[in-house]
Amino acid sequence: MSVDRRQFLADATKFLLLTGAAGQAWAFVAEGRPQDAPDYDIARHWWAMFIDIEKCIGCGRCVEACKIENDVPDEPFYFRTWVERYYIPARDVTSPRAEDHPKVDSPDGGRHGFPDIYPKEDGSKSFFVPKLCNHCAHSPCVQVCPVGATFESPDGVVLVDKDYCIGCRYCVQACPYGCRFIDPRTNTVDKCSLCYHRITKGLTTACCEVCPTGARQLGDLRNPADPIHELLRTHKVQVLKPNMATGSKVYYNGLDASVR
Amino acid sequence: MHNLLPGVEGFMYPNEMELQWSVLIVLYPFITGLVAGAFILASLERVFNLEAIRPTYRLALLTALAFLIVAPLPLQLHLGHPERSIEMFLTPHKTSAMAMFGFVYLWYLLAVLVIEIWLEYRPYIVARAQSAAGWSRWFYRAATLGSYNLSPRALRIDDRIGRLITVVGIPSAFLLHGYVGFIFGSIKANPWWSTPLMPIVFLFSAIVSGIAAVLLIYFVYCLARGIPLDMPCLDAMGKFLFYAFLVDFGLEMLDLVHRNYEADESLKTLSFMVETRLFGSQIVLQIIVGTLAPLLLLGLTQLLSLTEAARKGLYATAGALTLIGIFAMRWNVVIGGQLFSKSFLGYTTYKMEFATREGLLPALVLIVLPFLILWALVRIFPPMLEYDPGRKPEANPALPAEPEA
Ligand code: SF4
Ligand code: SF4
Repeated sequence: MSVDRRQFLADATKFLLLTGAAGQAWAFVAEGRPQDAPDYDIARHWWAMFIDIEKCIGCGRCVEACKIENDVPDEPFYFRTWVERYYIPARDVTSPRAEDHPKVDSPDGGRHGFPDIYPKEDGSKSFFVPKLCNHCAHSPCVQVCPVGATFESPDGVVLVDKDYCIGCRYCVQACPYGCRFIDPRTNTVDKCSLCYHRITKGLTTACCEVCPTGARQLGDLRNPADPIHELLRTHKVQVLKPNMATGSKVYYNGLDASVR
Repeated sequence: MHNLLPGVEGFMYPNEMELQWSVLIVLYPFITGLVAGAFILASLERVFNLEAIRPTYRLALLTALAFLIVAPLPLQLHLGHPERSIEMFLTPHKTSAMAMFGFVYLWYLLAVLVIEIWLEYRPYIVARAQSAAGWSRWFYRAATLGSYNLSPRALRIDDRIGRLITVVGIPSAFLLHGYVGFIFGSIKANPWWSTPLMPIVFLFSAIVSGIAAVLLIYFVYCLARGIPLDMPCLDAMGKFLFYAFLVDFGLEMLDLVHRNYEADESLKTLSFMVETRLFGSQIVLQIIVGTLAPLLLLGLTQLLSLTEAARKGLYATAGALTLIGIFAMRWNVVIGGQLFSKSFLGYTTYKMEFATREGLLPALVLIVLPFLILWALVRIFPPMLEYDPGRKPEANPALPAEPEA
């Protein structure tokens, strides 16, 4: 690839900052007055995320940031985003298809990083997979909600109206990725909102903001100037469980076949 | 591995640790299945004029009603916000299978079951409205809805409408329970549920459980009242139960064979689950105790010529085992479908609570409740044709003269 990716990103980001609604909004955000940002035009965005597994170091800062930013219940088993570690033992004659038996863990959602428990340099491989709601374009959770409390907004974000949710949990069953949970404080469903309160003000999500390696990047598929287009063009990407045909909009670079 | 919870094995997505649907959701398909099954049994008599099972006709209708009244309760109890459930009627989401529940339910309750029962009991209601005293007189008067006309012509019209409603009612009963199967069968995220066979399996198991329940209720009713059991009726029910069960079992085996032969990515996980966590409830209770044993007992009654006493014993035992088996089947569908991770890499356990909103105690109450309602119903509407004016006026000299004619 002849493109200098870093340079491209820098240019594209500048371009992004100087044009479009997000750019205008950013000026206000930078001044500390995000509430004064010009009206967000919902029809001009369609949000997605790019996750680079090659870059994720499993530090768990995204998980922590999400918990704080979105007031996610503190207990271990409620996550809007979490990180999984995959460990695929070395192939040997007894298990030639080692990827069928990955060892996976996600202690407290990977929030505090991962204990170093696996041997290295022995033919095994290990990597981290950050997960969140895929903001599916053909989302099964939206399809099954009996009252329409879960819906897809025109800018491609799957959201939950907590004042409307009856707490039937049908959507939790219907999500193939385990992205939803019932908030014990409200008895309604909760999940990643793609930091809707931030992205409509021209900010990126909390998880993308804190990621030290840039492994997670928010992208706007309706903005031709968004760097995500170049990322998707220059990488071989895959979505989780493509056989589910959910129209997932979280694209992974370097997704291994063992990842479920 | 970092298993923070006891009962968890392998890897579950973090949000999957908590089971979403409890024993109450097991009751929901079990109860609606009894409703649909009991109604279909009653319809057999009505539409195909099967005289043999006539003694159970009214009992079957009342059983269906008693269970139908209770059917929405487990759902309500389970909701995080029961007070908002009205939104399912006001703003139903058209693509949601679950949103239709209220409509299917109300249709079935009001357009089918209640009208059919009313027509069936109209002569009795009119007679009681004229002969009873005190409160019950008022009750039966209200129940006549102002119509005292029992002329042969009016009764013929009743009969024709009743027949029509039954004809509409059979597909409605199919709808009611096939639909419950669809709620599970259409979840592509869950391979344990996702099969187009699900509604059909649910339907046949519903018919099986309905016949078994009415058979047992008929037994108990007759014993309690000192009424002799009608042997041709029992034999006919035993036969229906046997053949419906064969079809049901065949369908479930088809599902099993198909899964094993197709062997998609979920197979290893699911069969491991059946061999371990579901072994007791699936292999032992559902298949051996609840399916093969009753099929064997019923098969004996079909093949050998046994004494009446022996047949009665076999029917009652088979009926009870059948209900255990069908309950286990509902359990295995609902709970089993949540014991494995959608990552196919791990398993969790269901820990039933006791005196909580979704615990064992409310579940027991909800199981007993339909029987209490049925007990009240049979006091108001006697189910045995020969003990009250039935819907054939000429067969009932006790029927009062037409008041207005
Ligand atoms: S990932 Fe799950 S919760 Fe998110 S949109 Fe898709 S189905 Fe819905
Ligand atoms: S839990 Fe809430 S959001 Fe989910 S399907 Fe039920 S009503 Fe809809």
